[in-house]
Amino acid sequence: MSNNRDTYWGKTKNHMIVTLVIWFFFSLVIFMFGSELNTMSFLGYPLAYYMTAQGSLLAFVVLLFWTANKQEKIDEEHGFSEREED
Amino acid sequence: MLKGGFIKNLPKIYGLYTGGFAIFIILMAIAEQYGMSAKNIGIMFVAFTVLIYALIGYLSRTVQVDAYYVAGRQVPTVFNGMATAADWMSGASFVALAGGVYFGGYTYMAFLVGWTGGYVLVASLLAPYLRKFGCYTVPDFIGTRYGGNLVRACSVFVLFIASFTYVTAQINATGTIASRALGIDFELAVWVGLISILVCSMLGGMRAVTWTQVAQYIVLIVAYLLPVFWISNQGGYGFFPHLMLGDEVAKIGELEQTYGLVKNSAAEIAAAGVPGGLKQLSVAHSAVPEGGMAVWKYLSLAICMMVGTASLPHILMRYFTTPSVKAARKSVAWSLFFIFLLYSSAPMLATLSKLSLLDPNLASGIIGKSIADVQALEWVQRWSEVKQVFIADFNGDGVLQLNEFFMRGDIVVLATPEIAGLPFVISGLVFAGGMAAAMSTADGLVLAISNALSHDIYYKIIDPKADTSKRLIVARVLLVIIGAAGAYIASFRLTSILGSVAWAFDFAMSGLFFPLVLGVWWKRATREGAIAGIMSGILSGLVYLLYVYPKFSVAIWGVAHEPWLGIDHLRFGMIGAPVCLVVMVAVSLMTKAPDKATQDMVDETRIPTGKTVIGKQH
Repeated sequence: MSNNRDTYWGKTKNHMIVTLVIWFFFSLVIFMFGSELNTMSFLGYPLAYYMTAQGSLLAFVVLLFWTANKQEKIDEEHGFSEREED
Repeated sequence: MLKGGFIKNLPKIYGLYTGGFAIFIILMAIAEQYGMSAKNIGIMFVAFTVLIYALIGYLSRTVQVDAYYVAGRQVPTVFNGMATAADWMSGASFVALAGGVYFGGYTYMAFLVGWTGGYVLVASLLAPYLRKFGCYTVPDFIGTRYGGNLVRACSVFVLFIASFTYVTAQINATGTIASRALGIDFELAVWVGLISILVCSMLGGMRAVTWTQVAQYIVLIVAYLLPVFWISNQGGYGFFPHLMLGDEVAKIGELEQTYGLVKNSAAEIAAAGVPGGLKQLSVAHSAVPEGGMAVWKYLSLAICMMVGTASLPHILMRYFTTPSVKAARKSVAWSLFFIFLLYSSAPMLATLSKLSLLDPNLASGIIGKSIADVQALEWVQRWSEVKQVFIADFNGDGVLQLNEFFMRGDIVVLATPEIAGLPFVISGLVFAGGMAAAMSTADGLVLAISNALSHDIYYKIIDPKADTSKRLIVARVLLVIIGAAGAYIASFRLTSILGSVAWAFDFAMSGLFFPLVLGVWWKRATREGAIAGIMSGILSGLVYLLYVYPKFSVAIWGVAHEPWLGIDHLRFGMIGAPVCLVVMVAVSLMTKAPDKATQDMVDETRIPTGKTVIGKQH
């Protein structure tokens, strides 16, 4: 039992790190290169402008749904899935 | 009233509510055609929506501790997402965000990334674990995880500073909107706003706040999106503005080139008699400022807002109300989705609003026209009267230049429908939306503060033997006191001394972020470490704020200090949070590791199944 818990927590931790790496990319890394990105365009918007106005925000929404689903799979694999109560 | 049947019927109930609201809007539009005055339409919108919230608040009354503190932990995922979005988007977000983008351009939009990216931290580091823990308040987690009354009291202290900074601004916003919509004095409107806030929360606590917040979200999102889509379609910019304003953004860039972006000195502006708080457009719409410092300013602001988001108790406590850990995770995703709908629209509104003022080919364009003509416009007159718009003819040529037009940022949301020639019913709707946004955030904040005081200070520290009815009476009395204190400060317009709502984020991140995160993710974190971390974080942040904010530093040191490494008063969490982390880790390693029981408790927190760590009743 305790072994199962340890692997579960190890996987959860890795999943958290992957999530935060993606988050770091969309929240900070791309804005380190704002002036370079703005020379490109997306949907007719300058790219850095688009990312800060809409793109990164959308990336976070998608990331959160993905990360919640992935974590549910990890829960199921290790028998820590909750019964549907709602 | 709110038994199992209610939860099952939620989609139907809120569907009917939304339909009813749509019918109300149509009735108002018809009334406008039959000659109802703009003022009366504004009154009807605010009064009608506030009465509905009050009714929901009354129907959700409760005498149970579980319902009062965590809405009985039965709020479904999507609805909790809506409630969180309303809790989150304040009057400032609603009224000032588009204006901030309008005047601040790219650098200001770090707020958009910060206020959404923070939810990734909430979802992956905190929300599911705090839900499993089963606490009633955020200090309840810290107090139980680290053990002891001192650490509990320290976290209540941080919560109080952060949330109270925020709540006065919200009550202020409620008062401003109520005074404009109802045509009453600001001082009176603040108290009207407070009573509206209290009827939504006092009888039913978290349960009442949850169901009114869902209703408020629906009003505020309709009020925000409808004008954006309407203006975009009416002007022929595209039926879906978010995807189709590329040409308009480019056009604004060209117009900025033609007109030239000029920033007049503060002395010139003062000499021209421009009222305080009004701004001229001097920052490019979509261009990225050059240089390493500009990049750092953007990144540091985004970091402060993200980490602050993940530490604000009134947001974290919304995830205590879901039925399961799984639901808490999904609920964060839904919250962000509902927030995204508004935040991604703010830059679009700023673009449409700016283009309609700047483009000389449009009937609404004012730049380059004669000042006498512009001053004859109805909306210019109306907003000039209340000192929200001002024209200063610096070069005396009688023609309006870009740098000669001053306005308050709020105008972008409040007056754009009028400027673009939309019927007044839309402006009335916008007032109702602003009121909903300010009320819902104020409700969440007042409840967060009074719950922490009643549960953590009164029940856990002062009188652990208090029975249920006594606890709930204390909770309600505190709610009224906190609300009244906020309204008192707001009514004397002392809020200007409190500076910016960004401070709330910086205070919260300085004192709470690392104690919360390490409480879950680092078993070795000790009570002594947490106490030292919380206090050193909040105090170092506070001292730096006093040092760097000109008003404070002139009062204390007699001079204004230059910000260190560009860390100004909006970003002082960049000092507090690292101090908190270093001190907390160092002190934890120097003190004895937490005992077995505490370590087991952390282990239990980390898995979704099983009973909550604290237990059902406490």
